Amino acid sequence: MDKETLLHWYRQMVLIRTFEQKCSELYQQGKIGGFLHLYIGQEAVAVGSINARQENDHLITAYRDHAHAIMAGTDVKYLMAEMLGKATGISKGKGGSMHLADVSKNYWGGYGIVGGHVPLGVGIALAEQYKGTDSAVLCYMGDGSTNIGYFHEALNLAGVWDLPVLFIVENNQYGMGTAVERASAVKTMVEKAAAYGMKGKQVDAMNVFEVHNATQKALQAIRKGKAPQFLEMITYRFEGHSMGDPLRYRSKEEVHKWQENDPIGILEKHLLDEKEATQEEMDQIDEEVKQEIEAAVQFAEESPFPALESLFEDVYANDL
Amino acid sequence: MPKITMRQAITDALREEMLRDDNVFIMGQEVGVWGGTYAVTRGFYDEFGAKRVRDTPISEMVIGGAAAGAAMNGLRPVAEFMTINFAFLALDAIVNHAAKVRYMFGGQMKCPVVYRAPGGGGRQLGATHSHTPDVIFAHFPGLKVVSPATAYDAKGLLKSAIRDDNPVLFIEHHTLYQIRDEVPTEEYLVPIGKSDVKREGTDVTIVGYAQGLQVALDAAAKLAEEGISAEVVDLRSLRPLDMGPVLKSFQKTFRAVVVEEGYRTFGIGAEIVARLHEEGFDYQDAPIKRVAQYEVPLPYSRELEQSALINVDRVIKAVKEVL
Repeated sequence: MDKETLLHWYRQMVLIRTFEQKCSELYQQGKIGGFLHLYIGQEAVAVGSINARQENDHLITAYRDHAHAIMAGTDVKYLMAEMLGKATGISKGKGGSMHLADVSKNYWGGYGIVGGHVPLGVGIALAEQYKGTDSAVLCYMGDGSTNIGYFHEALNLAGVWDLPVLFIVENNQYGMGTAVERASAVKTMVEKAAAYGMKGKQVDAMNVFEVHNATQKALQAIRKGKAPQFLEMITYRFEGHSMGDPLRYRSKEEVHKWQENDPIGILEKHLLDEKEATQEEMDQIDEEVKQEIEAAVQFAEESPFPALESLFEDVYANDL
Repeated sequence: MPKITMRQAITDALREEMLRDDNVFIMGQEVGVWGGTYAVTRGFYDEFGAKRVRDTPISEMVIGGAAAGAAMNGLRPVAEFMTINFAFLALDAIVNHAAKVRYMFGGQMKCPVVYRAPGGGGRQLGATHSHTPDVIFAHFPGLKVVSPATAYDAKGLLKSAIRDDNPVLFIEHHTLYQIRDEVPTEEYLVPIGKSDVKREGTDVTIVGYAQGLQVALDAAAKLAEEGISAEVVDLRSLRPLDMGPVLKSFQKTFRAVVVEEGYRTFGIGAEIVARLHEEGFDYQDAPIKRVAQYEVPLPYSRELEQSALINVDRVIKAVKEVL
């Protein structure tokens, strides 16, 4: 990995975190409505895995979806505008935090129904197999998704049809406030994948290198063997499930323990230890990202709300 | 013009569309090797191969969702639910995903999927296999819902559904597979969202669709013997609902009966009556009657089941009440 790439990853992780911190602030000011699910703590998953994709690979995820949009390459100003419900938002103000998509970048969106997007990812992969391309689908989901019927039917069908899907479970230890061991009869997600003919691999997903490496191998395997693959990313969300989460279900000590393994901190330490970058270079990136986010907020604030006439647009293609 | 069955008409529509467009494919339970549980896709597996005629496991949630995903990514799937009763398991995939993705993401994607689902009562299949739940699906914007009453409409509507850029639920009443009517050999389409006058008359308007439409036509024929002239309007599509021909007829007859096989409460009839009240109040000469299934789960025993369903006598009785 060359210095430029590593600093680029660092920048992406900081961009995601700064975006999320700004969203939290705007939510508390009442400028963002609805539900807001932050990705802070899980940055290494999106950054490590999506940097391993080919340009023609597809992305789809659940409602903790800001990072995947950023990694798809969507300008944060269009994402911030969506947060604020503006006409310039990536989903024209119709989707909100949980429903960001950028089809021009093969990002098929965030979805609010737990597990509901997993069959969509399978279908997107089916279309690629049908067309005979070498594209794969990176289908992300939380650990909570693995307990719903959608997950099991989708993995089974992907296995039966040998579809090019990489199922990526972001196991952040809790489905809302319920710990994995209180919600799942088996302790690991890879055990579930085994039932559908996928070997699966657990990944230390606080470490962006581990994530990148595992994803690259899995995608290679898909393209070689034309069969689905499965990764369980062991990660942690530092914030609550969504804004307003009372956090009664876990101790401060537990959170602090995970925060010692902050994915950005791990990359930072690597860069310094290996003398790949200086503190000044990283501070410089932090500052640039801060400005990028401020510019995005300004763009969003200055953008108009959707015209009321747009209410009836896009219910159907070729509107009736 | 040759007379063919509705089953044949549906088969022909599927086959013609698959020959016309390589992106059209079929997926569902027993659609391939078996040939379709209602024999609609018999011979397709041999003709088109396993890539385009795809047997699935008994997994309605993923049939509904994966078909939608394939449609989003450029294909035109025709996903078959063995019966509409099983489509309840895919309700979220259909109404919360297929019917929402375009709007929710600001028009970035389209979802041209067709869900085919045989349904209805009258075949002694018991409570869980005899639903006519069309109204549930027709409730949601973003989805189109059609249900033909004739072989002609079945073929033309299914071809339109496959070419439509939106998700379409195509409901086939399983007692209508054997009905026959004239279907041209040359290509034609029937537009989605257009009601159709199936019989002209002057005394009363009978509104129906699918099996209810056939009951309405039979009732109209009997009424004619008594000198009562009934106009019969076929909705054909439940969403978008075309009230034009219904209102036009009502403005002529001033009286109406709505026939549907589903339940009366919150049913299709309730919607039609409300729309006639809102949009045709000045023309109303009598209360509008609804003929619908009695409010019980459908039983197995033949006579018992038949007694709960709509029939010609009940339609005739309703017509006489409004005259």
